[in-house]
Amino acid sequence: MSDDPRPSAFSASTPAGAAGRDDAIVLHELSHAFGDVHALRDVSLRVHAGELFGVIGPDGAGKTTLFRIVTSLVVPSQGSAQVLGLDPVQDFRALRRRLGYMPGRFALYTDLSVLENLTFYATVFGTTIEQGMRIIEPIWRQLAPFSDRRAGALSGGMKQKLALCCALVHAPDLLVLDEPTTGVDAVSRVEFWELLGRLRDGGLTILVSTPYMDEAGRCDRVALMQEGRVLAIETPAAMAASYPLPLFAVRGHDRLAMLAALRASPHAESVWPFGEVLHYTDTRREVQPGALAREIGELLTTRGVRDVEVQPIAANVEDVFMRMAQTPHVAPGQERAA
Amino acid sequence: MWRAIRALVQKEFLQVFRDPATAVQVFVIPVIQLLILSNAATFDVPRAGLLVVDEDRSTVSAQVIDRLDGSGRFRVVGVTPTEAGVEQAFLDREARAVLRIPHDFARDLERTGTASVSFSVDAEDGAAAGILQTAAMAIIGDAARAVQLSRGGAAAVTVRASPPVEVRGTLWFNPTRNYKHFMVPGLLVSLTSIIGLLITSQSIVREKELGTIEQLNVTPLTRTQFLAGKLLPFWILAMVIFSIGMTVGVFVFDIPTRGSVPLVFASAAIYLVVVLGIGLFISTIARTQQQVMFVAFFLLLLFLLLSGIFTPLESAPQWAQWIAAANPVKYFVFIMRTVLVRGGGLAEVGSTMAGLAVAGVAVMTLAVRQYHKRSE
Repeated sequence: MSDDPRPSAFSASTPAGAAGRDDAIVLHELSHAFGDVHALRDVSLRVHAGELFGVIGPDGAGKTTLFRIVTSLVVPSQGSAQVLGLDPVQDFRALRRRLGYMPGRFALYTDLSVLENLTFYATVFGTTIEQGMRIIEPIWRQLAPFSDRRAGALSGGMKQKLALCCALVHAPDLLVLDEPTTGVDAVSRVEFWELLGRLRDGGLTILVSTPYMDEAGRCDRVALMQEGRVLAIETPAAMAASYPLPLFAVRGHDRLAMLAALRASPHAESVWPFGEVLHYTDTRREVQPGALAREIGELLTTRGVRDVEVQPIAANVEDVFMRMAQTPHVAPGQERAA
Repeated sequence: MWRAIRALVQKEFLQVFRDPATAVQVFVIPVIQLLILSNAATFDVPRAGLLVVDEDRSTVSAQVIDRLDGSGRFRVVGVTPTEAGVEQAFLDREARAVLRIPHDFARDLERTGTASVSFSVDAEDGAAAGILQTAAMAIIGDAARAVQLSRGGAAAVTVRASPPVEVRGTLWFNPTRNYKHFMVPGLLVSLTSIIGLLITSQSIVREKELGTIEQLNVTPLTRTQFLAGKLLPFWILAMVIFSIGMTVGVFVFDIPTRGSVPLVFASAAIYLVVVLGIGLFISTIARTQQQVMFVAFFLLLLFLLLSGIFTPLESAPQWAQWIAAANPVKYFVFIMRTVLVRGGGLAEVGSTMAGLAVAGVAVMTLAVRQYHKRSE
């Protein structure tokens, strides 16, 4: 209906809350409450154009509310947002033309076929599948054999690909995906992230959320969220490297005994079960990790645990998150200068 | 603008016809209901069981009983000499009426020319009771007169039961008093309204429940486009149902079409916007299909009972008539009956049609304003 009012000019200095040349999303002190429930508290972040930006946090962290504000579906209680240079509250109509959104819940018509769904969304966005093919082609190639199948009869992974096609068919400038891999099998998850990587390589800005910490490494930068707050924003590597204390993976025949023994240790900062192993963080950063590992091994052996194996390891994003989640105000959720 | 609406309409049709249950619900069930209800929802009073307590046991009382049984109104279920068992017959619904002929009935009639009997009717259904009582009085009176006449001569002259002036009625518009001419248009209106209101009230709330609305809300579709895309497909469906119903009415029930049929269809086109608009309005407010069902059924019940389809509105209390004044069903039933049965034209129904048109615009405007693509 109206022309795309793309941002063309920016002032030389970009004060807080204003978009820099390369920022696709700028959120400034955003807060939102549903009644007494504070879904978001003072969230500020910038997503650079062409970036694959992950928002990582457990259920209830406020990810969905954040995304609904960015996609113009929720008007925030406080703070400001700029998405693609537009205000999602004022310019929602212009924004919606340039936005691709995949809600957390499968939101396509299960009683329509794959092709019918895609045709519908293409038409609603005033385009055609042919025009959109330039973007969706790599995904559509995998879906095409099922084009007559009803969307409800697709596997979880295929449903996600169809939803992605429908969100991309109008060639948006920003793709927002709310937990796209939740409830999807491991193989499809890997495939899906590879697709997102390829779309990013093609120049698309992507904002994605996930509750799975192990998916953080797929993003260019991640924001860790908990209880409506942003705990940290970093590249996954910098985030892992920021872990300040020696960390060990501990194996042994009796996990419960090890957990009790390690938690009782005066030098323990934290002990978390990670699948088969325990991740143990020691407070003594001045001691050689090798020496610490030996000491921990001996401690556990004297407590009667057999087959003890202790290895110094590098932290992953989940370790970082667990540590921050324990002491939420230790790490200020500040962004590095862009 | 239109391309997006067309996409929505197409999508709704695909969904409706993809589900065979919906297609049956929309096209087959209304026809069957019309066929069944038109024959079942009758104001005709069936032959009522009649118990006679004949204390007289004369030839005259026997004649009266014969006449009643042969009248077509009553079916004599028993003749007893005493009152015993009468109450039980009422309670068991074996008899709907009891006639007590006292034991000097024949003698009184012969001597004085008058005699009395007592007639009791089960008045659970008041209208039917009235009809039965009137019929019984007429039949017994006839019987008594016949007895007088058969005695001949002077007796016949002294007792003339029949009044000197006989009133003959003429029935306008529905000379055979075929209740179907009255009921079928009414039933057609109710069926179309029920389906139209239920299907539209479900349509938006269903997308809310399934979450598909979330995806639609981030599209550039405007609220007006969205609601137009919801109204149009169901309006077309409802018009098709109405046409099928009219065809059945005319060819199966022989309902008269004295006025202009295109005028009826034009009114239906306007009326359906009102009903479907109400459905959409409910659907924009509600969160679940269950809520919508409650509200839709409540409204339908109110609309249909206060529509004049089943009971005359003129006899309703004033407050009920005020409610009925806001009832779109009432106005459409009025148009249907006026045009089809009485042969009325634009002059008779034009203002009502205009009123419906205003209501249609108002209710659709409300629905558009009520629908929010965003939340606070």
